[in-house]
Amino acid sequence: MNELAITVIGPDRTGIIADVSAALAEVGANLSDSTMTRLRGHFAMTLICTGPSAAEVEKALQPLTDLIATVRTVEQETDGAAAGEPYLVSVHGADRLGIVAAVTRVVAAAGGNITDLTTRLTGPLYVLIAEVDLPPAAADDLAVRLAEAADQLGVDVSLRRAESDVL
Amino acid sequence: MSDALADWKPDVLGVEGRVLPVVTAPAAVLSREGAEVDPVDPEIVQLAADLVATMRVSPGCVGLAAPQVGVSAQVFVVDVTQHPKTATSHGTFVLCNARVVEASRWRPGREGCMSVPDLTGDVKRAGRVVVEGVLPGTGEAVRLATDAFEARALQHEIDHCAGKLFLDRVAGAHAVYQRKVYL
Repeated sequence: MNELAITVIGPDRTGIIADVSAALAEVGANLSDSTMTRLRGHFAMTLICTGPSAAEVEKALQPLTDLIATVRTVEQETDGAAAGEPYLVSVHGADRLGIVAAVTRVVAAAGGNITDLTTRLTGPLYVLIAEVDLPPAAADDLAVRLAEAADQLGVDVSLRRAESDVL
Repeated sequence: MSDALADWKPDVLGVEGRVLPVVTAPAAVLSREGAEVDPVDPEIVQLAADLVATMRVSPGCVGLAAPQVGVSAQVFVVDVTQHPKTATSHGTFVLCNARVVEASRWRPGREGCMSVPDLTGDVKRAGRVVVEGVLPGTGEAVRLATDAFEARALQHEIDHCAGKLFLDRVAGAHAVYQRKVYL
């Protein structure tokens, strides 16, 4: 059984997911984890599938000429147990080059592992929200370093514990 | 003390409110902690009236804080009377130097903001709060207990007065949305 990493992106239109998932199903590619979202008018899909060879999937997606697809065979991985304490980072401010690079470098230097990140640009406002697993007792120091980075970038940053209520 | 709030109406301010332009992020004033104010200072009384007037001409607006009209001060207006999610409501009121002193029944909800016009976000807020502050014009101290949407609006406005936006409290990387409905 192959594990495949697939990306698909193209101008948003009705039926992209239906078309792509039908093509995958026809060649027996079983969709496991995925994210699919609209980014500034482009529709972007990132999927992990199991099943046929990469070549078969590529061929199945070829008729969808308005979409750019990539298919790669990858090693099987599993989501390990969370390696730290869950935190959220919010950044907002005037858009400029290098906000994501600077903020994520600070997080990485603190040993923080970003598990999910979204950015949005609306008018002049740039917003970044990141979910981060932090090593124990790293948060206070990271908050100081993020504040320094934010100061240099001229943006606002906040770091707070993520809540997860298990029911 | 709660009678003071029940008796308070914007007319008490005795000045005509002016409609002010609403500033949007990334404006520096939205990120600064507002100054504590003297609630009987004529400038603050005028500001209170201006906030009421500006809120009233803004469709769907249930609250407005001084930083949103470019003034770094701890003053805001709230009026949730017309909102379907409202349970308890204290009508239209302006508070200065307000603090949340009790908070419980935390629950998520979708919030927007006139100063972040293109985004909304899921934010966990207390569904029951006790807030203390002072009334502009009279300077009387008030302590009000409320719930549901009024509680959420109060926390959102008190955040503005502390230089915080809902973006600083969203629940996750996928809890920010492009706004779909504009009132």
